[in-house]
Amino acid sequence: MTAATDVIVEVSGLHKAFGELEVLKGIDVEVKRGQVICIIGPSGSGKSTLLRCVNLLEEPNAGKIVVNGSEITHEDVDIDAARRGIGMVFQSFNLFAHLSVLDNLTVAQRKVLKRGKEEAERVARDNLQKVGLSDKESSMPAQLSGGQQQRVAIARALSMNPEVMLFDEPTSALDPELVGDVLAVMRQLAEEGMTMLVVTHEMQFAREVADTVLFMDGGVVVEQGVPAQVIGDPQHERTQSFLARVLNPNHQGG
Amino acid sequence: MALTRRQRRSAFRGAQYILLLVIVLVLAVLADWTRIGHAFFDLNIAAKQFPDVITVALKNTIVFTALGFALGLALGLLLALMRLSSVGPYRWFARGYIEFFRGLPALLIFLAIGVGVPIAFPNTHLPRNVSIMLALGIVSSAYMAETIRAGIQAVPRGQVEAARSLGMSPTRSMITIVIPQAFRIILPPLANELIMLTKDSSLAFLLGTTPAQQELAQFSRQALLQAKGLTPIVVAGLCYLIITIPLSLVQQRLEKKYGAGVPAGGSV
Repeated sequence: MTAATDVIVEVSGLHKAFGELEVLKGIDVEVKRGQVICIIGPSGSGKSTLLRCVNLLEEPNAGKIVVNGSEITHEDVDIDAARRGIGMVFQSFNLFAHLSVLDNLTVAQRKVLKRGKEEAERVARDNLQKVGLSDKESSMPAQLSGGQQQRVAIARALSMNPEVMLFDEPTSALDPELVGDVLAVMRQLAEEGMTMLVVTHEMQFAREVADTVLFMDGGVVVEQGVPAQVIGDPQHERTQSFLARVLNPNHQGG
Repeated sequence: MALTRRQRRSAFRGAQYILLLVIVLVLAVLADWTRIGHAFFDLNIAAKQFPDVITVALKNTIVFTALGFALGLALGLLLALMRLSSVGPYRWFARGYIEFFRGLPALLIFLAIGVGVPIAFPNTHLPRNVSIMLALGIVSSAYMAETIRAGIQAVPRGQVEAARSLGMSPTRSMITIVIPQAFRIILPPLANELIMLTKDSSLAFLLGTTPAQQELAQFSRQALLQAKGLTPIVVAGLCYLIITIPLSLVQQRLEKKYGAGVPAGGSV
């Protein structure tokens, strides 16, 4: 494989402002196929905005984003087609409230990929099994726990056979005892070789699963490298104080 | 001596029951029940209303309402989407239409269609059902447009983001994800609108009637001319309830059924 096809997400010179507020001030990130990248940082650091730019849920003000060979920031690109290859998992799950679990997994397969009913349901059931929720296919989202909803959301994204998966704080809205199930599914995905960009506060997960950890603060990438380096032995003062606060919340003064 | 909370509550409830009993007794003693019976519900007169009150009047009321509601719903959805459009002129037109027709009495709109259309377009002759459908549709569309718009805006933003992130186009997301949820949210006000429309259909008499085209209100007015007392009105009133009460029951059942399909905040 050549180096060019090896890179699946390439972000360069990315700027994003909401009105006067500049959230991203020049971001460069490169994700290789099969890599797991965890993005950590304090709230307001721009990490979710960065993730949402990668499938153009937020439109950048400047910079270039290439996903799977197509430059999605280009005016003439078919963004709907590009998004098919990018799975997204949200903090608030966002399951379609009026559809059963199975229909949540088949609706986009059928309407977007034009798969037949049988094929779509087969794919959906495979993915439900993968997240351990085969028995819930006829439930409505409101009948599931948060952890179950998030696993369904992961299965829904997987049903589109994405090349890369984006996770936007997937466990932040969950009760603590439900976090483990979701992380276990994500860990399994990583082991199967899925390319993943994960915005997270779960340092243990980042430490164990990530190939690269990105620490963001104030709209820039402050520090990046392997977890042992960024989390284990942070060089930058801002990284050190953030990790001190996250890893030891009771400790005052950072 | 001070009463406990429990004692105070039961004393208060007891007083209300006694008051109710007194009112009922006074009415029962003072009212002339035979006269009231003759005036409001004379069985002989009521019997004469049948079967036409059902086969003609009730049927016409239902047909007019259904036609008006169908047109109103279609126009209302179109106007709601126009109000949310990114194209300025669409928004302005929808805004103007809604403000105009929501502000006018239904009576004026019926008159405008009954009198105005023949003057403005002398060579067209609208079938009467079409005129009624137009009038009721225009009246209800202005209200429904605002209801539907509110429903669309009440669907959480995350639903659209999820749809878009799965590769659905904006139009596809709207049709497949947003509109079905919006209608679940606005079921109660839509049922309200349908019930109001059932009653507004009584204005159909303004567009001229032959006996075969009378709906409930017109039918009872005609019957009133021939009968002593108000019995025809009571019969017509009961017929309206025959329509509206089942509608309420259907609404309740739908709300129960779709309760689980209404978007929650998204948290656990």
